[in-house]
Amino acid sequence: MSAPLLQVEDLSVHFTVGRGRAKQTVRAVDGVDLTLGAGETLGLVGESGCGKTTTGLAILRLVEPTAGRVTFDGTDVRGLSTRDLRRWRRRAAMIFQDPYASLDPRLPVGESIGEALDIHDLHQGTQARRARIGELLERCGLHPRVAGRYPHEFSGGQRQRIGIARALACEPDFIVCDEPIAALDVSIQAQVMNLLGELQSDLGLAYLFIAHDLAAVQHICDRIAVMYLGRVVEEAERLELYRSAQHPYTRALLSAIPIPDPVRERKRERIRLVGDVPSPIDPPSGCRFRTRCPEVFDACERIDPALQAVAGPDHTAACLLHGEVGTEVAH
Amino acid sequence: MSDEVVLSVRDLEVSFGTKRGRAEVVRGIDYDLRRGETLAIVGESGSGKSVSTLALTKLIPIPPGRVTGTAHLGGELELIAMTEQELSRVRGQRIGFVFQDPMTSLNPVHTIGRQLTEGMRHHLGLSERDARDRAVDLLEKVGIPSPEQRLDDFPHQFSGGMRQRVVIAIGLSCDPEVLVADEATTALDVTTQAQITDLVAELQEELGMAVIWITHDLGVVAGIADRVLVMYAGEVVEAASAEALFARPRHPYTIGLQASLPVLGDVERHDLAAIPGLPPAPTALPQGCGFYPRCSYRDDERCATERPPLTQVAEGHWVRSFYEVPAEEAARAAAANRIVIEPPDARDEGVA
Ligand SMILES: Nc1ncnc2c1ncn2[C@@H]1O[C@H](COP(=O)(O)OP(=O)(O)O)[C@@H](O)[C@H]1O
Ligand SMILES: Nc1ncnc2c1ncn2[C@@H]1O[C@H](COP(=O)(O)OP(=O)(O)O)[C@@H](O)[C@H]1O
Ligand SMILES: [Mg+2]
Ligand SMILES: [Mg+2]
Repeated sequence: MSAPLLQVEDLSVHFTVGRGRAKQTVRAVDGVDLTLGAGETLGLVGESGCGKTTTGLAILRLVEPTAGRVTFDGTDVRGLSTRDLRRWRRRAAMIFQDPYASLDPRLPVGESIGEALDIHDLHQGTQARRARIGELLERCGLHPRVAGRYPHEFSGGQRQRIGIARALACEPDFIVCDEPIAALDVSIQAQVMNLLGELQSDLGLAYLFIAHDLAAVQHICDRIAVMYLGRVVEEAERLELYRSAQHPYTRALLSAIPIPDPVRERKRERIRLVGDVPSPIDPPSGCRFRTRCPEVFDACERIDPALQAVAGPDHTAACLLHGEVGTEVAH
Repeated sequence: MSDEVVLSVRDLEVSFGTKRGRAEVVRGIDYDLRRGETLAIVGESGSGKSVSTLALTKLIPIPPGRVTGTAHLGGELELIAMTEQELSRVRGQRIGFVFQDPMTSLNPVHTIGRQLTEGMRHHLGLSERDARDRAVDLLEKVGIPSPEQRLDDFPHQFSGGMRQRVVIAIGLSCDPEVLVADEATTALDVTTQAQITDLVAELQEELGMAVIWITHDLGVVAGIADRVLVMYAGEVVEAASAEALFARPRHPYTIGLQASLPVLGDVERHDLAAIPGLPPAPTALPQGCGFYPRCSYRDDERCATERPPLTQVAEGHWVRSFYEVPAEEAARAAAANRIVIEPPDARDEGVA
């Protein structure tokens, strides 16, 4: 296999909240490893607050990582100077759940896209610039003449198309898609997912696709990583993960997804998880999932599990049921 | 579920005066809700799901809103013609509401104990002591650990899932005949959503109330609904039992919705069958069928010019469409992405 486009090793992002005596550390991302090949899609799923967005932001250095290494196309992104970082950013973009957040409400949408061109000195000159904006809009299924309209004049799905057009402006190889369909109606979600698929096959884009809707992730991704409290707890090819999930958390997540078929849905017995996700300020010792795990046993408190090979090819899980692989917790 | 009808809605219409003219938001809907039944209302955002239930107890601003039609509660009370004062005895007491965002239903500056007991003291005339005891029972029932201690906590001291449980406890506090859950689990994680839908089903079994569950998630509908109303542009376009709606959908919109869902375990990944375009604005509704501009089946010359009536295609199965999609074709189209591999469930062996 050729070198991956993106390699994330032991990435951590800790935030400090409060001050003085009340100062605390939020371990939002706490040792994440991910690998993504060119033109591939990696899904990142998990309950809200588990660190998905922060991971995406840290990969793009939109927040500073506390530790770890992000290698993009062979270059260590953490070591880049401000100037090189800007050049690198051209190759990586992000789209958000609420495209409103990335579009200036006072600017016509064409100008928002134009801004992204200007930052990287692409397609300069009135003519060329306007043509490129039109082309990007059209690429995303909108008519070039909507360039003069303002964000509030569009529906949620159309705004997401504009957000995607803006992300494409810098001609990236890689896009972090953070819950891009979560706020959209079902019939519109399919439109946006199809658009992302089309763009990927035409332009060879790689995606980190963050979502909590596992059905959508499973449809759009090649591989899926499951996060829990700042860690990746399982990673596998999309069908392998579905067919033979090995981590109790992944199994519980899968069993909680409602299936749109009353006959099957009512026959199912869910794996019930009790309680809420613990705080990332003070995560449980050993395995972080142990406080909610239906299969917890004595070693879980003692050993912090590391990802290990399980089941099929390229399938890893961090669970002691598969062997006590990990770090002993100091007493 | 019994045959006793607790809520009977007929010809319900709601419109709003706006700068762009009258917005016809609910255009004549009818349904009967039985004791212990769960009726799901599904449809695109803006299709009138929330307004159609809020209007029952005038929880919309009037004017600019205008409501016509009838809604009989418990066979006796007609709600639409009621005065505000009469309605204040129905709201919260006989019809409870649970909304998407618990923070908008909870007052951040009052303890949840106070918010729970308020309605019971007002509607049921309970003493402070009795209301508090009942509040503890309710919190226990909705699965809040150490309820006695938690009564004196404020909303921000609860997690999102726990707050939604508190709101459900408030919704249930006066033993309503009808509970309206409006996107009550939409903002929650699937794990918490499963806890909440299970909880409501258990309480429903125990207390016998009827539930109107508004959602856009067809998976949730499949799990909990007895009957389903599919709304589009202010109208019911299809009404059926949950089984029939998923196995034999007949309206082009319902078929399109089901076909556009990505489904877990799809071995081959086809493009999703997205419904093209957008729903119409309530101030600029098409002259004919509301779904006409997006419909891939439209085939009858009346589709563009006349509003189709709701017609019965099978026992208890109603469709608003001129064009009858052949049943087999409909089932095939809707199931285009259906499950191919079974998901794990609790009965599978452990991973060890
Ligand atoms: N700037 C910040 N300061 C403090 N805590 C933060 C900050 N950003 C995120 N967090 C916390 O980090 C954790 C992970 O957040 P996030 O990455 O947004 O999760 P997700 O996207 O999976 O929902 C959460 O507990 C969140 O509250
Ligand atoms: N107070 C109001 N004034 C004018 N229009 C309103 C008002 N409240 C709701 N609407 C309109 O009614 C329509 C239906 O809204 P709603 O019932 O909230 O839809 P849903 O719950 O199906 O998403 C929307 O187009 C909305 O803009
Ligand atoms: Mg997030
Ligand atoms: Mg609504």
